[in-house]
Amino acid sequence: MTARIFAYVVHKSGVADDSALEMIAAARKIDPAASPTAVVSGWGPEVESVCESLRASYGEVWKIAKEKLAYPNAELVRSALVTVLPQGSIVLLPHNHFGIDLAPGLSIRLNAAFVSDVVGIDGAEGPWLKVVRQEFGGQVSAHVRCDISTGAVISVRPGAFKPGEGAPVAGLVVDRSADVGELSARRRYLETIVPEAGDVDISKEPVLVSIGRGIQEQDNVAIAQELAEAMGAVVSCSRPVVDAKWLPKSRQVGSSGQTVKPKVYLACGISGSFQHLAGLKGSPFIVAINKNPKAPIFQVADVGIVTDMLEFLPELTSRIRAMKQVSV
Amino acid sequence: MSEGMLTPAHVVQWLTSVQTLVAIIQVLGFACFVFIVTRRLAPLFRAERDFRLDRPWLRAQTLLKYWFGQWKHPRYRVAGALHLLIFAGFLILATRAFYLLVFGLTDDFATPSTIGRAYDVVADYAATIVFMAVLAAAFRRIIFKPARYAVPEKYGKGHPGDAIFLLALIALLMFSESLFEASRAAVQAQAEMPGEFLAILSLPWILQGSLQIAPITALWKLHLGAYLVDVVTFYFLLCYRPFGIQFHVETSLFNVMFAKLDRGTVKPVRWGVSDSDLDQVKSFGVKKFEDFTWKHILDFYSCADCGRCSDNCPANAVGRPLSPRFLTIKARDYAFDHFPVFGKTNNSHALIGGIYSEDEVWSCTTCGACEEECPLLIEYIDKIVDLRRGMVDDGNVPKSIQKALKALESRGNPYGKMEKKRADWAKDKDLQRACAVKVLDGSSSAQTLYFVDSITSYDDRIQAIGRATARILSEAGENFGILGAGEKDSGHDVRRFGEEMLFQALRDHNVAAIQASGVTRIVTSDPHAYNALKHDYKDVPPVEHISQVLAREVRHGRLNLKPVQDTGNVYAYHDPCYLGRHNQVYDDPREVLDAIPELRRVEMSRCRDRSFCCGGGGLMLFYEPDEQERMGVKRVQMAAEAGANVIVTACPFCMVNIEDAIKVSGMEGKMTAIDLTELVDQHLVPRVPESHERGANALVHANT
Amino acid sequence: MEILVCARRVPDSSENEIQLNRAGNDIEREDLVYSINEPDNYAVEEALQIVAKAGGSVTVATVGTDEDEEILRREMAMGANRGVLLSDEAFSESDGRGIATVLKAFAQKNHYDLILTGVQAEDGGAQVGGMLAAMLDYPFASLVNSIEVLEGNKLKIGREIEGGSKELSEIDLPCVLSIQTGINEPRYVGMRGIRQVASLEIPTYGASDLGIDKGSVGAAGAKVKRDDYFIPAAGKGAAMLQGSTEEIAGKLIELMKAKGGLQ
Repeated sequence: MTARIFAYVVHKSGVADDSALEMIAAARKIDPAASPTAVVSGWGPEVESVCESLRASYGEVWKIAKEKLAYPNAELVRSALVTVLPQGSIVLLPHNHFGIDLAPGLSIRLNAAFVSDVVGIDGAEGPWLKVVRQEFGGQVSAHVRCDISTGAVISVRPGAFKPGEGAPVAGLVVDRSADVGELSARRRYLETIVPEAGDVDISKEPVLVSIGRGIQEQDNVAIAQELAEAMGAVVSCSRPVVDAKWLPKSRQVGSSGQTVKPKVYLACGISGSFQHLAGLKGSPFIVAINKNPKAPIFQVADVGIVTDMLEFLPELTSRIRAMKQVSV
Repeated sequence: MSEGMLTPAHVVQWLTSVQTLVAIIQVLGFACFVFIVTRRLAPLFRAERDFRLDRPWLRAQTLLKYWFGQWKHPRYRVAGALHLLIFAGFLILATRAFYLLVFGLTDDFATPSTIGRAYDVVADYAATIVFMAVLAAAFRRIIFKPARYAVPEKYGKGHPGDAIFLLALIALLMFSESLFEASRAAVQAQAEMPGEFLAILSLPWILQGSLQIAPITALWKLHLGAYLVDVVTFYFLLCYRPFGIQFHVETSLFNVMFAKLDRGTVKPVRWGVSDSDLDQVKSFGVKKFEDFTWKHILDFYSCADCGRCSDNCPANAVGRPLSPRFLTIKARDYAFDHFPVFGKTNNSHALIGGIYSEDEVWSCTTCGACEEECPLLIEYIDKIVDLRRGMVDDGNVPKSIQKALKALESRGNPYGKMEKKRADWAKDKDLQRACAVKVLDGSSSAQTLYFVDSITSYDDRIQAIGRATARILSEAGENFGILGAGEKDSGHDVRRFGEEMLFQALRDHNVAAIQASGVTRIVTSDPHAYNALKHDYKDVPPVEHISQVLAREVRHGRLNLKPVQDTGNVYAYHDPCYLGRHNQVYDDPREVLDAIPELRRVEMSRCRDRSFCCGGGGLMLFYEPDEQERMGVKRVQMAAEAGANVIVTACPFCMVNIEDAIKVSGMEGKMTAIDLTELVDQHLVPRVPESHERGANALVHANT
Repeated sequence: MEILVCARRVPDSSENEIQLNRAGNDIEREDLVYSINEPDNYAVEEALQIVAKAGGSVTVATVGTDEDEEILRREMAMGANRGVLLSDEAFSESDGRGIATVLKAFAQKNHYDLILTGVQAEDGGAQVGGMLAAMLDYPFASLVNSIEVLEGNKLKIGREIEGGSKELSEIDLPCVLSIQTGINEPRYVGMRGIRQVASLEIPTYGASDLGIDKGSVGAAGAKVKRDDYFIPAAGKGAAMLQGSTEEIAGKLIELMKAKGGLQ
């Protein structure tokens, strides 16, 4: 394969996102001999520290440090990338809120093919790269081929590619900042509104009782709260519960909610959409409780119980309470 | 009359004769009244039409029973008794009132006769009783302050003073006419003339006693004064009544005469516009005041603010923002403000967001308790449905209901489940062994259709009711089948939630399927479907609820039921709104329960037509209400209070709500719920196998 | 403000109905119901609300066949001023870029101040909006969950980013935005509304009307093709607990205790 593979690295507060290492694994699936180049944009000590940290994994790290890129504005980043990326490259990005913003337009500007939210790569076959995507909320998977003869922009699903062990590398940082000209955008960043912390920060909790659509109505939320109390845990939820306004946004686990790293995660009445699971990091012990035996959550859970959560949870609660009374 | 004592018609005082004065008062008073009533009628002429002149004989009977007979009043004993007395008194005194008004102009007509004298005695007592009754009523209002008269803050200030004022005026009227009689009798007695006979212990009689010793001239002045007070008070009341709740004195006769005669049905979108012409109608439902029909506006005028409707409204009881009484009173006040007697008409404001809130209108379960109570036969359900039609027309529908409606449109059921799975409940292996459930899709036929409807078809728990019903029908030897995937939701609550066109689409689909199946009768275990098939659908065979079928089997001794296993259980039957109140099927389910040997049954204090709604069915299960507790919880508590530990119901929606309530209120283990069909199914002693049909194949169906 | 909303008709998959067909190369389409892609519906509602305040009109367009007309009618029943069908045999089997090419050609025929799409379709890749913007050389923003019209031809928009936070930006018009669900509460469209628009005209434009080179769209121009659908071999998956409710609860408690779940 002659096309060069680049990986755009997203970072926050000077720390590279997990996807940085995942993209190396993805690049190796495209071409086992590949040595992808990381591309990082930003400003100040933060971008410096990110580039430094990537040297251990990437052979080459391109740094684009411009004051205007201090906040990652996809419109500006896209213009910058178009000036430095060679035609015909393959560019990897994470499929997150930034990737969704940046990637499609980038593919047009680079006149490259585009395929998003890839969960698997089967390898190249002539001008075609064969990948795997999911559709209909994960109900089916699809084999997709992408013509990479004029390059490609590929966004990968966070967590889909496990970073390999690989020998540590001593990479070079190449400063490409000067090659990027004046940046002006017709979209200007103003500020970020962080949701109110609320009484509980679920991202710090070790045990979570998480509820989804299966809770059915607001009055049933109490069932989960009682279980959480009995367990010494805290209640979290998936997006539909927040959309219905039964719990505040601060309790939502998922790609548009909080990222959590508990030890034990009870997923009750949660189907297991990837947007929800994207918020679950580390390797928690996942217990899935769901009426539907075909729910995708059973694929990722450690332990599964097919039952009506509205009947099972109160039963569980009273047993735990009884047990605690005995031990006290 | 002897010389020196002139009847009012002949008295000349100051510059004018009393006769002239009285004439002026009467002409002015009457003219005022006519003017006021004409202004009050103004919005009725701008309102939508309403066809209320049909079936005059039935209307006459309704008038006799509910207006003249005050049929609903005794449901509240004390208030009912008081009102009966006042009403009877008013009717009796009507003749005397007329007599008095004329008497001021001429007394030539009054010839004492036996009938006249008898009447006078009755009238005397009537006046006395009315007098005491209004004093009792005032006393009750001031001292006891019954809860249902209270006005919650959000509805503004109450008018307790107004009520007392009116009662005082009526008392004054009674007093002045009694004084009129008494003073005349006292004069006659003093002048030793043959006098009229006053009824013993009546008010006039009592007054006469205290007037015995007064000088004649004083008495005469008193007589004249009492007369004038009487006439003025009479006209004052006449003109004052249309400004408040007392208007019901005039409007009640008309309101009852024009009352809705058909139970369980909903008014068309527009009277006189057939379904096929509905596309021409520019706006559906009630969005502004004039969109109400003239009869609805008459309802607003006729409300006596008695609070009985809200007192029985389950939504009101659980703290939802709905109070039927204030639905009416707010509209009445709107009419008074925007169509004033004095001043310019100022109308066409939106009602929703104005006097009504959206939640107020969505909160209603259409249980009909309000309409059942109202002594004036004021209608509520049609108004709620019309208000909802208006909101649906404007796209203003709560999100959770939108989802269910969309599913109904695309899949024919509110759950969005696939059509082909609608008959899966009947594929249960145990059921197939026990009886054949035919699917009437052209490959088989039957006499009777079991209309299952959506919740019984798709809800995991409620499917058991479907299976129990199928077994019962089979045991009863019915040749029955189901429509299967060809059945769509009956649309009963789609209509009552204001989505009329979707309802019509569902109805038309089902009617075609029913007609194509060739059945001659329909049975259902779902009271909402029953009501729809009976009242909302046309051109379908007659329909019965399964409890009616069972009751008939019981009466003919064809049902063998074994005794109750656990004789410690105490059963309470909960009347579902759409079986009981709307269709008056109260006794059949009870007969069936009582046919189970050794079953101990108690009645809840709110039973039959006073049954308390479980929380609502159909689309109401998808609505997220703003309430302090659940209706089902209250109902479960009522069952416990009655000493029961099992609630029996005959409606799948009641089952869902009550089972839910048992869990939520922590009564699990102390209370259970069971459907009538499930109970009967459990106690059925199977008849000898060769006496009824069984299909060879378990499920006869085109595609399995 | 002249607003164009690009919409798509997709199968309803909320009840987990999507399955493979017998041949194993596509999903089973026989019993599916189709409707407008949910985020697109939110986009139309947003457009209607903007136009109600700022004046203008809302056009809804879709790339498809006659079957797709129904979603245009539904949005017109909701209040959109016109619906447009972009249909041509040459458009079939277009990839995201192909669809964006067709939409671009249409968008250029009339001037639109604002172009909205839903953030992603059920069977799509969250790409058409971003591509369309780049082709038209308009600024773009995705995952938009709030829009405020400002003076001077610009908008203040909110984007949904991680942690439930909202990123506020200013964006110049004309621009393209992809809309996230939850931005508003779409109004209900009843059967009545749909019947009222049943006979309204919906113009159809083909490749030649739009001046599109057929080689750049459809199967001919597609750089991304779907070979088949499949259900991946189930991984190890969860260890399913069996037994009575008491047994299961007991086992679960033991497991959770071991993992530090009960404190």
